[in-house]
Amino acid sequence: MSSGLTLQGLQGLAPILVLSSGAVVLMLQVSVKRNLQLSYLVTLISLLLAAFSTGFALEPGEQQVTPLLAADKYAAFFSLLFCLGGAVTAMVSRDYLAQRRGQNEEYFLLLLLSTLGAVILAYANHVASVLLGLELLGVALYALIAYPDRAALPLEAAIKYLVLSGAASCIFLFGSGLLYTVLGALDFSGMRAAAQALPVERSIIVSVGAAMVIVGLGFKLSVFPFHMWTPDVYEGAPAPVSGFLAAVSKSAVFAVVLRWWLEAGLYEQERLVMSVGLLAAASMLFGNLLALRQENVKRMLAYSSIAHVGYLLLVLVAIGVSPDRAFAVEAACFYLVAYASTTLAAFTLLGLLSQRAGDSDQYRDNDYDHDQLQQMNGLFWTQPGLALLFSVALLSLAGIPLTVGFVGKFYLFTLGVDASLWGLLSVMVLGSAIGIYYYLRVIYTMTLAADRSSRGPQLVSLPGRLLFYTLIGAMLYLGVLPDTLMTYLGTIL
Amino acid sequence: MLLQLLALLLLGGGLAWWSERWHNNAPRWAALAVLLLALLLFAASISQLPLQAFSIIPAADQPESWLLHYRQEWIPRFGIRFELAMDGLSLILVLLTLGLGIIAVLSSWSEINKRQGFFHANLLWSLAGVTGVFLALDLFLFFLFWEVMLVPMYLLIAIWGHERRAYAAMKFFIFTQFSGLLMLFAIVVLVQVNHASGAALSFSYFDLLGTVMEPAMATWVMLGFFIAFTVKLPGFPFHTWLPDAHTQAPTAGSVILAGILLKTGAYGLLRFAIPLFPQASMDFAPIAMSLGAVGVVYGAVLAFGQSDFKRLVAYSSVSHMGFVLLGLYAWNVMAVQGAVMQMVAHGISTAALFMIAGALQQRLHTRDMDQMGGLWENMPRMGACAMFFALASLGLPGLGNFIAEFLVLVGLFQVSPVLTAVAALGLITAAVYSLSMMQRAFQGKADLQRDLQDFDRRELCAMAVMIVALIWLGIYPQPVLDMAQPVIESLLPGVGP
Repeated sequence: MSSGLTLQGLQGLAPILVLSSGAVVLMLQVSVKRNLQLSYLVTLISLLLAAFSTGFALEPGEQQVTPLLAADKYAAFFSLLFCLGGAVTAMVSRDYLAQRRGQNEEYFLLLLLSTLGAVILAYANHVASVLLGLELLGVALYALIAYPDRAALPLEAAIKYLVLSGAASCIFLFGSGLLYTVLGALDFSGMRAAAQALPVERSIIVSVGAAMVIVGLGFKLSVFPFHMWTPDVYEGAPAPVSGFLAAVSKSAVFAVVLRWWLEAGLYEQERLVMSVGLLAAASMLFGNLLALRQENVKRMLAYSSIAHVGYLLLVLVAIGVSPDRAFAVEAACFYLVAYASTTLAAFTLLGLLSQRAGDSDQYRDNDYDHDQLQQMNGLFWTQPGLALLFSVALLSLAGIPLTVGFVGKFYLFTLGVDASLWGLLSVMVLGSAIGIYYYLRVIYTMTLAADRSSRGPQLVSLPGRLLFYTLIGAMLYLGVLPDTLMTYLGTIL
Repeated sequence: MLLQLLALLLLGGGLAWWSERWHNNAPRWAALAVLLLALLLFAASISQLPLQAFSIIPAADQPESWLLHYRQEWIPRFGIRFELAMDGLSLILVLLTLGLGIIAVLSSWSEINKRQGFFHANLLWSLAGVTGVFLALDLFLFFLFWEVMLVPMYLLIAIWGHERRAYAAMKFFIFTQFSGLLMLFAIVVLVQVNHASGAALSFSYFDLLGTVMEPAMATWVMLGFFIAFTVKLPGFPFHTWLPDAHTQAPTAGSVILAGILLKTGAYGLLRFAIPLFPQASMDFAPIAMSLGAVGVVYGAVLAFGQSDFKRLVAYSSVSHMGFVLLGLYAWNVMAVQGAVMQMVAHGISTAALFMIAGALQQRLHTRDMDQMGGLWENMPRMGACAMFFALASLGLPGLGNFIAEFLVLVGLFQVSPVLTAVAALGLITAAVYSLSMMQRAFQGKADLQRDLQDFDRRELCAMAVMIVALIWLGIYPQPVLDMAQPVIESLLPGVGP
């Protein structure tokens, strides 16, 4: 592995380069002429180009580019996922922003930057690049969350996220520092080698350091005891941003955790595996329990995302127990695809529904999104297409067959049985059963007779409609014929 | 052919929904046409089979010995195939499904006036799910259909149900979903154990049959299946969802729930739970049979205490399905034949009773029997039909239900005379609640002020079909028994009492 930067190396970083240039172009464009439509197009084209370039990046083969970034299949796959997620967010945001006042071009700049952060996380296999990616993703997100700057909730959410995320980054840094003091390495594989050579009495420091790293990243993932920010931020942020946060930002953090876990050999630390198992069980249980009484759909989805992260953590535990790591990675990747596409679909619906909320007379500071459960009344009869999309998304989150969410859950079941994780699997079954209640409640609300206040059919623009038909198609296609993706994911590690 | 049948029902659902744009009543006709077409298609392909095919014992290792078999690679990554197969048992149950499907469409002909398109779409989709359950022989596919039949059923109850529909629909879904997850868990464990013993990764029933497991493990995995199927059946401690769901569902929903959906539980026990884990099941049989016997008596006692017409019929289902549980776990030819017969006969008689309950609700806007009485004078045709099915339900000799319960009791006697005695009490209590139902609703002083519409020609036709079917089952049950015989013989040798 050469660490010098060659032309081949640059090719390996193609998605990062495309996104960075996109950001520069967009910045110049905004300074020359403000035009929302143009900014949107620049963003969308950069994201799609970046997605497209992931294939190109792999042509020279897997390589380490500089000590910081690994351009391998794993990185390429997640880059593709994040760029597509960013593109979907951009498309939803366009209609969403067009209806709102203010100068909104910078929104797209921030979106590009945070997608760039996520892509860097996909590549990162060094503590420095992890931090780089985390902060790029996070800082851009603070601003995105607070974008509707005249409303109180988004500001509150952004500040909450800023403070807690900052604290989490500190813990993360402290943990990395501890690891460095005993291991003397910051790249993942170096850490592993150093840890294996370490005398036993000092390995406790590795455990503590790794635990702090997991806690820091667990904040961003909203694992159970570190989840407090999640519902408020999801509720406060504009719907497309919440979707991005849930789908892309979380997947990115999980991707880097998984790589760290594998490459630095964290799974060899029994204490750590055990505590991650406990966190997983707690997240599954409390996420689902807390979601039960939510009247706000975004808050409900926030708690459900906590539960889903709990399911995902099962993968880390399984890696610690069972030798078949490739299968575990395959399962995690599939689950992330399932979760990301489903969550994006759900928030796309909220975004499309809220399109006209901003310009109506009912505009109030705290009600700029249509996210109360009550506002879903009768959606099946006023907007059958949207309601169908949302139902498919909810059923997928609940893990009902024919949707991608079920295949993801099936993967985790198989993985758990492989690794004989009976306790965690039982909690998962219990959690899923509880989860059914709040997902079905939304579907039930949509089937109620429409109340008087609903404004009749709203027109969704053609791109919006195309977008959600594509998302339904993707969720059902991957749920019915998942084999292509499975085969591909099987080769990732 | 099996594939076409499923596709026809699924696409038919879409067609019914779409046809609403065309005319308000079009979905009914579309649904009826689709079901008739499916029935014809099914009958046509059966009639092409050679007659001796029906007497061949379907062997587990030879899919060719089944009546129809279809296999297609689906998800090779996990050894999952799209595998459908039909033997005599599936044939009987698919026929029952399609037949009761038509009855269900007829029974809601004038009841459902809003959103007909979506209603009939859900009806057809849930029938497609049930048909799939009866045909799927890949465990993954089976689970998929098992869940797929739930969602449309949930919507049927939640959208078109009665007063407490939200509660009932949710309870129904959570009960079945939770137990379904247990079954998925059990399926995955079973497949992994089979895989670990050196076999290729496969979800096929044929490959999994005969998996060797440690006894303790086998018991746990078997319980996963048992709970899932007993919840659906419903067996005694897991029955609490049933009265709510049945009572709140629209008539067509109740007909399908009671007539067909409950049978998927019985089918699952017979096809999967017992043959896949013969030893564990036999060790568990005394408990299962006790649950069945308790269910028979408990269901009957509760049925007697109800004043809600539909709730009474619902609890009577708990009682009747107890016989199925008893018959299956007695595990000899006679008892299993009885259980199969009970599945068919109970499907028909209960569907008819629910249809009558629905008709009453539509006319009187109540299900409370205290507000009925003397209805025979108002509606003599309906009264006569109700009398017939009440008698069928209490097990009058000469009708299908009698044959079923008699066979179960005869078979059961060889295994456990005590439980037979307890279960036989069910026949007496059935007479008590059935007749008391007739008395409270149809006999007594009539309120002649009431202007009630008696059964019209459509309803009479539906009733006539079911009456003929029950009489035929009661007087000449041999065709059904012959059809099920080879299947039961193929399943039984796994263990031998």
